[in-house]
Amino acid sequence: MASVPESAPGAAAPGGRPRGKRSPLASLGLHATLIGASVIAVFPVLWVLLTSLKPAKYAVTTDFFKDTTLDNYRYLVDRTSFFTWFGNSALIAGVTTVLGVLIAATTGYAVSRFKFPGMRPLMWTLLITQMFPMAILIVPLYNLMGQLGLLNQPVGLIITYLTIAVPFCAWMMKGFFDGIPVEIDESGRVDGLNPFGTFWRLILPLAKPGLAVTAFYSFITAWGEVAYSSAFMVGDENMTLAGGLQTFVTQYTANWGPMTAASVLIAVPAAVFFLFAQKHLVAGMTAGATKG
Amino acid sequence: MTVHTGQSTAKAAGEGARGRVRTTGERPGRLRRALSTHWYAWTMVAPVVIVLGVIIGWPLGRGVYLSLTDANERNVGRTIGANHIDATYKFVGLRNYTDALTDPVFTQRLVWTVVWTVCCVSVTFLLGLALATILNREFRGRAAYRMMLILPWAVPGFVSVFAWRFLFNRDNGLLNKVLDGGGISAVPWLDDPTWAKVSVIAVNVWLGVPFMMVALLGGLQSIPGELYEAAEMDGAGPWQRFRHITVPGLRAVSSTVILLSTIWTFNMFPVIFLLTRGGPGDSTEILVTQAFRQAFVDSPRDFAGSATWGVLILAVLMIFALVYRRSLRKQGEVW
Repeated sequence: MASVPESAPGAAAPGGRPRGKRSPLASLGLHATLIGASVIAVFPVLWVLLTSLKPAKYAVTTDFFKDTTLDNYRYLVDRTSFFTWFGNSALIAGVTTVLGVLIAATTGYAVSRFKFPGMRPLMWTLLITQMFPMAILIVPLYNLMGQLGLLNQPVGLIITYLTIAVPFCAWMMKGFFDGIPVEIDESGRVDGLNPFGTFWRLILPLAKPGLAVTAFYSFITAWGEVAYSSAFMVGDENMTLAGGLQTFVTQYTANWGPMTAASVLIAVPAAVFFLFAQKHLVAGMTAGATKG
Repeated sequence: MTVHTGQSTAKAAGEGARGRVRTTGERPGRLRRALSTHWYAWTMVAPVVIVLGVIIGWPLGRGVYLSLTDANERNVGRTIGANHIDATYKFVGLRNYTDALTDPVFTQRLVWTVVWTVCCVSVTFLLGLALATILNREFRGRAAYRMMLILPWAVPGFVSVFAWRFLFNRDNGLLNKVLDGGGISAVPWLDDPTWAKVSVIAVNVWLGVPFMMVALLGGLQSIPGELYEAAEMDGAGPWQRFRHITVPGLRAVSSTVILLSTIWTFNMFPVIFLLTRGGPGDSTEILVTQAFRQAFVDSPRDFAGSATWGVLILAVLMIFALVYRRSLRKQGEVW
């Protein structure tokens, strides 16, 4: 961390030229720090991947490779409800995402472009709902779902996840709409489009990448949610992945082999998408907050 | 950057929601005028307002109400098969709040939650800033390092937490095997109160650094390089340049990510719930996991108590948000 002030000059301006002034020693220090950090970042994930490829009885040994096999994956497919959980999670997260984006899109646009009475309170509501601890909604939602007979039903969890997704999507999309020049709206208005037409015909097509990122991130959020799904979904065939994975590792026993295999199957697709999308992700999230 | 929806907007927007209520009483014409000017903005936000009202507003109100009752598993209304049992819980006023606030358990949890939040956010921020400043330089392999450093963020949180649980395992976990190889006796990572606290913080930092790093890197890259060149010409040293260019340049991004990460960490349920279940004993239990435990783990389920804790947690966060907003106002920012 001592390198903070030293490296602070941001020696390479964006898109800039290499300065070529760094001493070999500084260069060594830089790479050593980054390699160390990368190992810490990657290792736990890599270790899970390696463990999933070892026979279950070697799961807790330190050998990197030992009798590489796909047995854990076979066990997962044949002997557990993994694909049921996977399907439940995909359905719930997918529907949540589509609904969240649909409901929130126009709001993101309106708060980005118009000043209207009630805008400030709305912005604050969107911000504050994002800091709601699930603890405050979980009991009333649980009782409500119980009364409506929606516990253990995907619909119940979808409605619950909308409480997270809607404010989040509106917030993110505001950030992306802010990044589209207002001149485009103005030219649309000059050409006789009303605000809805401008939004639908001009802005929405331009915001597609932003919408995709918002959708992706709300999908991932629902995909990885733990508290509501642990409380609302019981029974093997109703669980989501977060709940299902918990059944492999209880307080007393740990079935690490299939657990690591399941982890890999859950994480790999998400991680691949994520690494493509991450650049836009941060832009949307921080823009929404800073350009209030 | 804002298109005004009508001539009267500036005035109306300035008055906000409060103004509207007042004006409808005094001058009926105002509401109609506002409607005709703003109807499309209002139509566009209507879906969100309605949905938030129904699925957040209603449960929130109900949660506050439950916190004023003695509702638990036995006395809430429920339907078992064809039989419907009516609710028999009753209003008890502020008793739950006085109980919670005079209970040493609440204070303990609050203190640990604050310690946990402060430790996690500050360490995450410092590490993220350090890595971002390093990555902001030009060197070979930068993109590859960046990819690897982002990885923890790309993996769904609960998967990472299980991976760490696997590494932390006392008898068979990799960390202890490695220590053992180095002749150091096994560390009870998740079985000793102090170590468990260190472990949960470490995992949360590990999860949080990539977001910090990417956000701050974005902030660093938006600072014009000319500023540094000019400062260098004027003879400013590295520390001075950091202090007078980087720090102010990062202020907006930093305050946002610190706000977000403080809120996330304060409410961070999965790390604690899945890594230690609040244990050993109740040593790593934070406010949200305790509230969850009251309603869904302990028996009989104490819905009223859980709702009370929920309201108190929200109150703490609101105070935090107000303080935060005030400090931003002082810096002259809108939020």
